[in-house]
Amino acid sequence: MQQEALVKEGMRGKTAAQFKQGSPFSQLWETNREVFQRDKLALFGLIIFAFFALVAILAPQIAPNDPFTPLKNADGDWISNTLPYWLAEPGEDEAEGFTNTFVLGTTNIGRDIFSQLIYGARSALLVGFSAAIAVAIIGTVVGLLAGFYGGWVDVVLMRAADVAFGIPFIPFIIVISAFFDPSIWNVVLAMSVLLWRDSSRVIRSQVLVIKEQAFVSAAKVSGASGLRIIFLHIAPSILPLSFLYGTLAIGWAILTEASVSFLGFSDPETISWGFMLQDAFNSLALSRRAFYWIVPPGICIMLTVMAGFFIGRGYEEVLFPRLRRT
Amino acid sequence: MNRGIAYYIIGRFLQSVLVLWIIVTLLFLLFRLAPGDPIANYIDVNFTREQELNLRARFGLDKPLHEQYVVYLVNLAKLDLGETFSYAGRSVLDILAEDLPNTIYLTMSSLLLAYSVGVLGGIAMAALRGSLIERVGTTFTLMTRAAPQFWVGMLLLTLFAFQWRLLPSSGIGPALVRYRWETEWDKLLSPVFWRHMILPTFTLAIYLHGLPLLLMRSNMLEVLDQDFIVMGRLTGYSESRLMIQHAARNALLPVLTALTLGIGYSIGGNVVIENVFSWPGLGRTLVEAVQESDYPLAQGAFFFIAFIIVFLNFIADILYSLLDPRVGASAQARLS
Repeated sequence: MQQEALVKEGMRGKTAAQFKQGSPFSQLWETNREVFQRDKLALFGLIIFAFFALVAILAPQIAPNDPFTPLKNADGDWISNTLPYWLAEPGEDEAEGFTNTFVLGTTNIGRDIFSQLIYGARSALLVGFSAAIAVAIIGTVVGLLAGFYGGWVDVVLMRAADVAFGIPFIPFIIVISAFFDPSIWNVVLAMSVLLWRDSSRVIRSQVLVIKEQAFVSAAKVSGASGLRIIFLHIAPSILPLSFLYGTLAIGWAILTEASVSFLGFSDPETISWGFMLQDAFNSLALSRRAFYWIVPPGICIMLTVMAGFFIGRGYEEVLFPRLRRT
Repeated sequence: MNRGIAYYIIGRFLQSVLVLWIIVTLLFLLFRLAPGDPIANYIDVNFTREQELNLRARFGLDKPLHEQYVVYLVNLAKLDLGETFSYAGRSVLDILAEDLPNTIYLTMSSLLLAYSVGVLGGIAMAALRGSLIERVGTTFTLMTRAAPQFWVGMLLLTLFAFQWRLLPSSGIGPALVRYRWETEWDKLLSPVFWRHMILPTFTLAIYLHGLPLLLMRSNMLEVLDQDFIVMGRLTGYSESRLMIQHAARNALLPVLTALTLGIGYSIGGNVVIENVFSWPGLGRTLVEAVQESDYPLAQGAFFFIAFIIVFLNFIADILYSLLDPRVGASAQARLS
């Protein structure tokens, strides 16, 4: 995805984004309306997010069991590595002293996989959205300052972006994890430190176009301060671009969090889909061919990431009509 | 090559050196100023005060910070990355030099596979635009870009290594023969090595083929709209000749630049896959080093990966400016 952003940036440089007329918020509203009306896939993405948000909020109500507690049978032993009830031999559960109601079976220490899947939506959305907000805000502010002030401000900020492009992303998070306690916030931190590089460059080039327009000169002549012009007059026009990079960052963040958890650098007190897959991997679920354990978390990650892509693509096609599919 | 491009290359080179210097400095600050003692894990409770001081002196940790920084820069320039903590004092460079080829084999073979499939697939998708096959194909490609790589690796492992028992599940050779091959050449000629490479290569290629395919497809569609294609069609050239000889040649350039950038990012991104398949490369060493708090090794591995990325970004820019002179000219205007 990094490469994609890089390559696309080159293509975009030639075409300025298209914006709506009117007040900032009606602009944003109009853009959103157009995105979701034009693009059924973007709408589908929105529905996926809404679904997982609902699951995340209602997790304690939906989940049949606590995701952490090892479940025990009548004898007090862990109900470990149980098949889902629709795969298990009938009657086997009673012989073992429990009733198999597990939609996706249990882990090797008797935790309910289905409940973990439901709770996993919480960390995925938390990481996805907080990283998206951080990336959008930092990228927007850097792009605005670099584009508006030019000169040494621009040089310093854009060289900083070059440095960020030279830092390998996943290795960087791994190194960060060496110094901080394992937590999902490491991913958010690392993304905020590095991923503003894509959005800031594009927003900067957009600011260069906008700042030549009459309304900016008018504000200057009437004595508005630089910061006032930036945040009151220019910023609203590039909000849709910030939105675009925010939505792209959601998927990227969820994927990254999953990879980092899989490598074992996540907080063992937080259930995430990546953590579940690491647990499955380390518990030899692969050699037991426990597809019921391996497949569902991956599908959930894929769905949320695709939702971000779909919405991002919808935005792109409205903002950059030249990219529209023929 | 005109003078403009020469200036551009020199400027771009100096910029890369600057970027690398900043990364190296950040790395130094991160490792030296982070909470915790870098050698805390290696001080045994039975150590006398003197032994501990000796150990510190050996790693240069008794000097003031700015002196440590100078020593660090000088050593880096000499490619002296220090000694590892966990490999019985072997030098970091030694370990990394052993890992680097494995990472490169994996990266290059997966990129080769991904870009061949991607370019051909992109041409096919452009030729079939609007058809059902195109819709299914592009949707599948989009899905591969959303699926976590390590998860795809896990699925392939379960199916091919455990369900059907067709391919080995981890490493680069049968257990305990990691050092059996006398030379790299022996390793490359060994069928066992290639068998171990199949699954990780395919896993990476499944993810990597998306970018060239989508890029090729949209470039093709753009080129196909242009006048010279219409002209060719009117002249009576066959559709396949138009596609391959006229359109594809023009659509290929951005894909090639993407490939150069892709090598760098894949080396950074391989980390997870190397760990799924226990592939003894840079990424696996980095993760192990961090887990074992082997700071010199972790630092060295990170530096290696960052260096490769900065270097390849440089090469990609140069290639692009040579192939498309407009880029060099405008960039030169920006630099001056």
